Amino acid sequence: MKKIFSTVMTLVLALAMVSCGGASKDGGRKAQELSGAGATFPLPFYNVVFEHFAEVNGDVVAYGGIGSGGGVRNLRDKIVDFAGSDAFLTDKEMAEMDAVIHVPTCMGAVVLAYNLDGVNSLNLSGELIADIFAGEVKMWNDERIAALNPGVTLPAEAIIPVFRSDGSGTTFVFTDYLTKVSPMWKEKFGAGKSVNFPVGQAAKGNPGVAGVVKQTKNAIGYVGSEYAFAQKIPYATLQNQRGELVEPTAASISAAASGTIPADTRCSITNADAAGAYPISTFTWMIIYKEQHYADRSKAQAMATLDLLKYILSDEAQHITSEVHYAPLPAKAKELSMANLKAVTYDGVEILN
Amino acid sequence: MNDKLYRFLLTAAALAVPIVCGGVVYALVTDAYAAFEHFGFLKFLTSSEWSYTEGAEQYGALPFITGTLMTTALALLFCIPFSLPVALFVGEYFKGTKVASVLATVTDLLAGIPSIIYGLWGFYTLRPLIMALNISPQGSGILTASLVLAIMIIPYAASLSAEFIKMVPNDLKEGAYSLGATRAEVIRRVVFPVAGSGIFSSYILAIGRALGETMTVTMLIGNTNNIPESITSTGNSMASIIANQFGEADGLRLSSLIAIGLVLFLITAIINLIGKVMIKRARIA
Repeated sequence: MKKIFSTVMTLVLALAMVSCGGASKDGGRKAQELSGAGATFPLPFYNVVFEHFAEVNGDVVAYGGIGSGGGVRNLRDKIVDFAGSDAFLTDKEMAEMDAVIHVPTCMGAVVLAYNLDGVNSLNLSGELIADIFAGEVKMWNDERIAALNPGVTLPAEAIIPVFRSDGSGTTFVFTDYLTKVSPMWKEKFGAGKSVNFPVGQAAKGNPGVAGVVKQTKNAIGYVGSEYAFAQKIPYATLQNQRGELVEPTAASISAAASGTIPADTRCSITNADAAGAYPISTFTWMIIYKEQHYADRSKAQAMATLDLLKYILSDEAQHITSEVHYAPLPAKAKELSMANLKAVTYDGVEILN
Repeated sequence: MNDKLYRFLLTAAALAVPIVCGGVVYALVTDAYAAFEHFGFLKFLTSSEWSYTEGAEQYGALPFITGTLMTTALALLFCIPFSLPVALFVGEYFKGTKVASVLATVTDLLAGIPSIIYGLWGFYTLRPLIMALNISPQGSGILTASLVLAIMIIPYAASLSAEFIKMVPNDLKEGAYSLGATRAEVIRRVVFPVAGSGIFSSYILAIGRALGETMTVTMLIGNTNNIPESITSTGNSMASIIANQFGEADGLRLSSLIAIGLVLFLITAIINLIGKVMIKRARIA
């Protein structure tokens, strides 16, 4: 009996030592476990970054890809350290919660992935995409699609649009673009995280839409570019505002962000009027509270949150973006974000100063 | 002393269940209230608009009630030609044989398969088949969901039906045989009339199962918020719309989703109640 007791005690002590042992490199604070939730769009990027961050800093980050809408809701319920979102909060949403800060983490493209027998390249224009998702262009061999794709044999099959069944920042970016290029779309459907698409079928999350497109002949769906790359699904080349046909690449996504960025970084860069810009490009953000002391959070946790964001803005992390088919942030966005982070407080005291 | 303590613990544990059940109903009603108040109870049930436009939000449950009723009715239709023969095989023709017990075990096994596995099978096997047969271009929809649902409810219908068929008194059947009835006639004239309400109640319980099935349906129904035009169209069931949208919903939308949950709860409760009453009657008879 005594022996068992001492064995158990040794084990408990050993465990206690292990769990306290992970001191992080800077400032000697203990390693933290951060939790975030939200967008699935940047998830492939975050997975790599969080792994690196854990190696460098010792802090572990758990991120749930539950959709931008869900992430923002979790932040409002104060059960996460940060929310991931591809849609910046509207003024109304901001007014309904405590002060928050948007930190862009990378840029990405929403691509139009398709599944067509024998078609390896497809050109589409914004207006055409709007008409396809509104159910007005119904067949793949529609003359308007054919006009943009000379030399491509398009099948005489019905188009099956695939969209998101859950609230999604990807949907917001996509419909924000359609609203800009099609007055019809703007009037009938508008932009939002959830939009009532009239035709086709829906699936949950970016992986869900990519999966359905991959499994369904004659389907077309909008997904974060990495999901199309990863599943090797072909995607359309889009006509941008200047009439150029552009593929989503790190360069063409960066080109979309060459305009001015507001101080709080909340801006849409879809349909950008710039040479070589991919038209459905977007920033993706992490959103945190400006006052970090909420829901029993310790100061160490608040510091770890800021360390994570600083790490993501660092050149090291930004370098990863293009490896996983995203694009690095423009210098201006990084500069603004560093300035914004300085305003983050714990119990009213600025943390970074 | 010991006896008193025992009695107390027993009562407390037994009371906990209805209290939890009451709590669930209470929470559903309070949270759903805003939606019913805003749209009106009847209007909520009969409106087919599900629109998120800020400031002009409109939530009606009709597309999802239709979707649930369609998938359930079709699943029941598809399940009968398989579950009834199994019940007769196990309960009458091969009653008590090894073959029957193997068949009964295998059928019951179907009930133990997690719904996500049915969903996967439906998504990767049945859906491409439906597309290949040109039944519907996108593969998913009411029909696909119903077919998989049918397989899922077969064990519920079959094993309970078999029990009731087994319970038909032998002297009744022997009487019929002695009058020169064939086996088919015995089944039609004796087994079905005697076990009828029992068999009926087992299907009612199967319906109860089909109504609330979430995962499989969400994976296969296509998740569109329209009233399905035909059985090959896509749609959404009451369970699948909740599963799809609860994560980011708040305010009126969340309340509407909970209201749909309440309606689903009520429908399921009523169906189960009917089933229970029928079983009781069958046992007495």
